[in-house]
Amino acid sequence: MTTTVTRTRMSPGHAIKDTWVITKRNLLRNVRLPQLLLFATIQPVMFLLLFNYVFGGALGQSLPPAANGQYINWIVPGLLVQVATFGSGQTALGLTEDLSKGVIDRFRSLPMARSAVLAGRTLADAIRNGFVITLMLAVGFVIGFRWQTSLFGMLGAMLVAMMFAYALSWVMASIGLAVKNPEAAQSAVFLPVFPLVFASSVFVPTQTMPDWLRSFADVQPITVTANALRGLILGRDALLPTQSVSGQVWAAIAWAAGIFVVFAPLAVRQYRRITD
Amino acid sequence: MTDPIVSVMGVNKTFGGTIEALVDVNLDFEPGIIYGLLGPNGAGKTTLIRVLTTLLKPDSGSARVAGVDVISDPVTARTRLGLAGQFAAVDDYLTGRENVEMVGRLYNLSRTDAARRADEVLERIHLTDAAERPVRTYSGGMRRRLDLAASMIGRPQVLFLDEPTTGIDPRSRVDVWDLIEDLVADGTTILLTTQYLDEADQLAARVGVIDEGRLITEGTPEELKDKLGGSVVELTVDDDTRTRTMDTLRSVNGDEPVYDAGSKRISLPAPDGSATLIQVVRALDDAGIAPGDLSLRKPTLDDVFMTLTGHVAEDTNKSPQRGRRGRQPERNPQ
Repeated sequence: MTTTVTRTRMSPGHAIKDTWVITKRNLLRNVRLPQLLLFATIQPVMFLLLFNYVFGGALGQSLPPAANGQYINWIVPGLLVQVATFGSGQTALGLTEDLSKGVIDRFRSLPMARSAVLAGRTLADAIRNGFVITLMLAVGFVIGFRWQTSLFGMLGAMLVAMMFAYALSWVMASIGLAVKNPEAAQSAVFLPVFPLVFASSVFVPTQTMPDWLRSFADVQPITVTANALRGLILGRDALLPTQSVSGQVWAAIAWAAGIFVVFAPLAVRQYRRITD
Repeated sequence: MTDPIVSVMGVNKTFGGTIEALVDVNLDFEPGIIYGLLGPNGAGKTTLIRVLTTLLKPDSGSARVAGVDVISDPVTARTRLGLAGQFAAVDDYLTGRENVEMVGRLYNLSRTDAARRADEVLERIHLTDAAERPVRTYSGGMRRRLDLAASMIGRPQVLFLDEPTTGIDPRSRVDVWDLIEDLVADGTTILLTTQYLDEADQLAARVGVIDEGRLITEGTPEELKDKLGGSVVELTVDDDTRTRTMDTLRSVNGDEPVYDAGSKRISLPAPDGSATLIQVVRALDDAGIAPGDLSLRKPTLDDVFMTLTGHVAEDTNKSPQRGRRGRQPERNPQ
């Protein structure tokens, strides 16, 4: 188009109000359909129980001493990352559902801030993720999980997990906007996520993996984030001799920031360009 | 004449480089009326609505809604228009009230204004009693009405309704018609699309007929009917005598008879009313053709569409009842 666009700018207050309206709408869904939240919670809790009681006995021996001989102490920080990763997939599912039902068309025809739909979606998903993480920790605590550092270490770990989940939400938003349909989003999201979660230190230390896999597993963001959480929750001894807690935490934060910086503008761009 | 409230100038839109969705569309109309955009599935109705509601940029051309250029200043345009798309874009798990209030807030109404306006629009669509119920308990017609309520909560000057009665039961359809007529009585301008000729005939002050992305004719329903020269003679004959019948009819007054494969009816414009009918009877008698059914009737928009496009507005293969034109909609094509 050759026409000059006289962009009427929205005030930041306007954008914040719109973001909050959308966030509230997305959160209400979880409150009104509690089964959604229930299923979102059951899966990680099931993982927690299965891994702890099925693998715990066999794996307990080969863990770093920081785990205090308890697989539960090793697996909980890992599962926090797994829950954060899977939980972010909801962003793609929610967006594609809105797209297919014409809700996004309605939003795009309203005089609202363009950024609010994606910002409200990712914010609502972050809050929801925080809830699921907290619930999973509570169950972990009941069956024997104890942090080995301090409450601050524990809270710091939750914060890092949520930052990672928030950054991933933008990747998922981008995937959702690319595939556009909820069924396609389901596989587009979970196919890549599964191998990434398993080829990491989430469930077992990477030392026993074949070299080619380990060289990938050691550097990918899910491992880095899991290491950061273990450092914060279990202490320095949970990490390899070459790693430090602060080093892993900064690396995890850098990954989250990097992912956000790349994918947030990309998703916003995709959103602006949606046609049919 | 007052300034047009909607004007479309030379709009073109092609998808994927080959599919011409809109071809040099020009139209404008004055405030305070219902403009009906009539056409079959895939004619380009939705694409034109998407252009006018800022969802889609055309490849060329320009469009203004309520004095604002929708292409160069979409943000301002959005404050003056409302859209109810082809599918009710309402949230199942929110209540009816929460749905419309949310849209009100996004139209930048304050919390109290949004709540007050929500009361007004819910009252207006007769959903006050169901307002506190989650939308998943609503019927299809109720969802449609709620969607309309949401589109009008911001008091838009122009409402765009994309097939507002597709897929709902006949009774709800009449409810939606009443609501639309009510809104216009209050000064809102409405552009609606429809595949139902009777709907355009019933509601619209002006009608544009669109087919394969082109606006092929425009005018009041009366003007369109006048183009056919008043009444129509309609008859049925056996398949073997059809060609001979068509030739005979062609000789009556030089007008071209039209055969509709769906209803198996042949129709011929009858500018002189019953005089034409008598001529037809004589001609058929002279040719030794005995029609199965023969009548003189007022033309409908069906005839306009047939004459202009050479095919019926709906898919021919699924409307065996095409002869009957009541208020009942044809089956929803989805």
